[in-house]
Amino acid sequence: MTDLTQAQVRERIAKRLASRHRKEKLFRGLGIASIAFGVLAVVILFSDIISKGSGAFMQTAIQLQVHYDAQVLGIDTVDDESLAWANFSGVIRQALRERFPSATGRSAKRELYSLVSSGAPFTLRDRLADNPKLLGGSETVWLAADDDVDTFVKSLKGSEAGFRGRTSDQKAGWIEQLLGSGELKKRFNTTFFTNGDSREPEQAGIRAALMGSLFTLLVTLTLSFPIGVAAAIYLEEYAPKNRWTDLIEVNINNLAAVPSIVFGLLGLAIFINFFELPRSAPLVGGLVLTLMTLPTIIISSRAALKAVPPSIREAAMGMGASRMQVVFHHVLPLAMPGMLTGAIIGMAQALGETAPLLMIGMVAFIVDVPGGITDPATVLPVQIFLWADSPERAFVERTSAAIMVLLSVLIVMNTCAVLLRKKLERRW
Amino acid sequence: MNKQILATSLAALTLASAQVAMAARDYISIVGSSTVYPFTTTVAERFSRATQFKTPVVESTGTGGGMKLFCQGVGESTADVTGASRRIKQSELEMCNNNGVDVVEVQIGYDGIVLANAKKLAPFELSRRDIFLALGKEVPNPDGSKTLVANPYKTWKDVNPALPNLRIEVLGPPPTSGTRDAFVELAMEGGCKTFGWIKAMKKTDKSAYKAICHNVREDGAYVEAGENDNLIVNKLVANPNALGIFGFSFLDQNADKVQGSLIEGQAPTFDSIADQSYPVSRPLFIYVKKAHADVVPGIRQFLAEFTNARAWGEEGYLADKGMIPLPEEQRQQVAADVRKLNALGNLAAK
Repeated sequence: MTDLTQAQVRERIAKRLASRHRKEKLFRGLGIASIAFGVLAVVILFSDIISKGSGAFMQTAIQLQVHYDAQVLGIDTVDDESLAWANFSGVIRQALRERFPSATGRSAKRELYSLVSSGAPFTLRDRLADNPKLLGGSETVWLAADDDVDTFVKSLKGSEAGFRGRTSDQKAGWIEQLLGSGELKKRFNTTFFTNGDSREPEQAGIRAALMGSLFTLLVTLTLSFPIGVAAAIYLEEYAPKNRWTDLIEVNINNLAAVPSIVFGLLGLAIFINFFELPRSAPLVGGLVLTLMTLPTIIISSRAALKAVPPSIREAAMGMGASRMQVVFHHVLPLAMPGMLTGAIIGMAQALGETAPLLMIGMVAFIVDVPGGITDPATVLPVQIFLWADSPERAFVERTSAAIMVLLSVLIVMNTCAVLLRKKLERRW
Repeated sequence: MNKQILATSLAALTLASAQVAMAARDYISIVGSSTVYPFTTTVAERFSRATQFKTPVVESTGTGGGMKLFCQGVGESTADVTGASRRIKQSELEMCNNNGVDVVEVQIGYDGIVLANAKKLAPFELSRRDIFLALGKEVPNPDGSKTLVANPYKTWKDVNPALPNLRIEVLGPPPTSGTRDAFVELAMEGGCKTFGWIKAMKKTDKSAYKAICHNVREDGAYVEAGENDNLIVNKLVANPNALGIFGFSFLDQNADKVQGSLIEGQAPTFDSIADQSYPVSRPLFIYVKKAHADVVPGIRQFLAEFTNARAWGEEGYLADKGMIPLPEEQRQQVAADVRKLNALGNLAAK
């Protein structure tokens, strides 16, 4: 032993303490840095998406004074049949010609007519169907502008010249004239939330994809949750620990890591080719996603069951409860929050999946909003993918807007998971 | 609680199976090329608005993938129509016929393939020979002898002294893409054929000829940029020294960012592609299953909408979407054939 004075000892300890504190600080710094990196990535992602996508919630519209002239429409009465073939574009063209009488000649008129969306005649049709008294009268309506006009107007910033693209000087002049007189305005884009997909960006909406996602998730949840929970309860509470259950456990863990496209191939082979279920249907999509989310739900449910202290089971058994009573009266209620969290995480994962749906025909152009689980449908991430691949410039902002919708659905689901857990969680 | 969940899921399942049993397909199912997709979807949408039929469901599967699904056989679970950015192959037609599928061919229009660069630089003026020399895997020896060497060219100036002194860098689609097939066939083979001795090989040794003319270099000068043409446009803006290969409609929509190179002195414009003076353009087709025409509701009406002048005519809505229409006479011929639903026989005979 060396002789150290107390002062020396204190000095050494102080030195070591300083180095330990330094290390502690460094480690904390690293932690903060990695969180900061994550937050930065999220902020960049969100600001990019929001800056690109917020424009899509506004849609340029043109105010026109239209006359429901029976002669131009070519109808005498308002009923389903006459509405189907009435010439509403003629009415719009007449209104445009009246607004800009200077446009003469074939090509100028063509330019003029292309100011308004090709979906506008259907807006008028619906208005007339709702109010047949309008026939022969006139009214002032806001009609959606064509996507070229929309892109041009949105790119105008202050005095800077905007993106012309396919807009001619003459057309740009008309647009500026309309803008100046307040007859062309950006209005809230309700179409985006009420319509299905469309080739015309100004008529494209997210509704069909949202409903498709909803139906698909409904099928997934109703199948995967009970099956997953039942499997977890059996494996955790009943099954003997032997080579077979080990094998099953390894396989479940493996399945959780299988690339999702493989489940799509499986779904194609079994559900579509063998059982001959319809292509592009949320039913098949839900079944495929059930296969995919089952392992996640089983694993998280087993973890939740494991976390219930054995003393609860023993106490219940001691009171004379049967195995099933133990599980359903005591263990399951306590494990529920964990199971629900696992299920919601599995659902969120299923919501963002596209690859398995490719094989079963859900990556498709769907206009009609699906009304059930066997109607053709697509889902939100697929809609994003399809719009991202479209040539029309106005789809760029709609792509980002669809991402915003998907993200908000995810945020709602995850908030539900947190709230459910908070509400049901019991401490012991 | 669990009992309830079980009961609901059982109810949902029985409901679902009942629904399936009832559902005979009442909408048209379309698969096929991603190049034709924008046009079939546009027609599908207009068709459903103009008539009482449901909107056809259109899947974008690629030309080859579409043919596979289409030729699987006859029946509700198979597609009614497939789009193709090239003509059906003899082998595919045989597969179709072997499965009892009679095919009606409808040529709908043309699509131009452009080589574009960012607007910061001047547009390139290329010949198909330049394109072949710049992108071929093996090219004729620069010393003029009739032998092949691995592509030695590093810059466009090496290929043709009139071109700028820029490194050869071309972003294009991967081999699975129909755009790539058409580009190779039209632009590269077109340039390849300008060498007399290679052209002569076509008769003597066809596979060697194809290997020379169709193989794209793999040393990094040609970059496979994926199937998303918007992505290629964005990459061109970020890298003004590169050229990109994509369909005409993307050039049309992004005319503020990129410009098409002149090929054989012709700029890719609507008119130059329509009158065939722009050399790199390809025909687009849809193929219809004859046996379904009277089974699935709306197929005849859908074809009528497609071959209506308001759709595929010179001023039709498909032209607004970037499709180049057929000449008037050919349109009438095709429309007449489609009304009669003449099935496609042997390709060689036609």
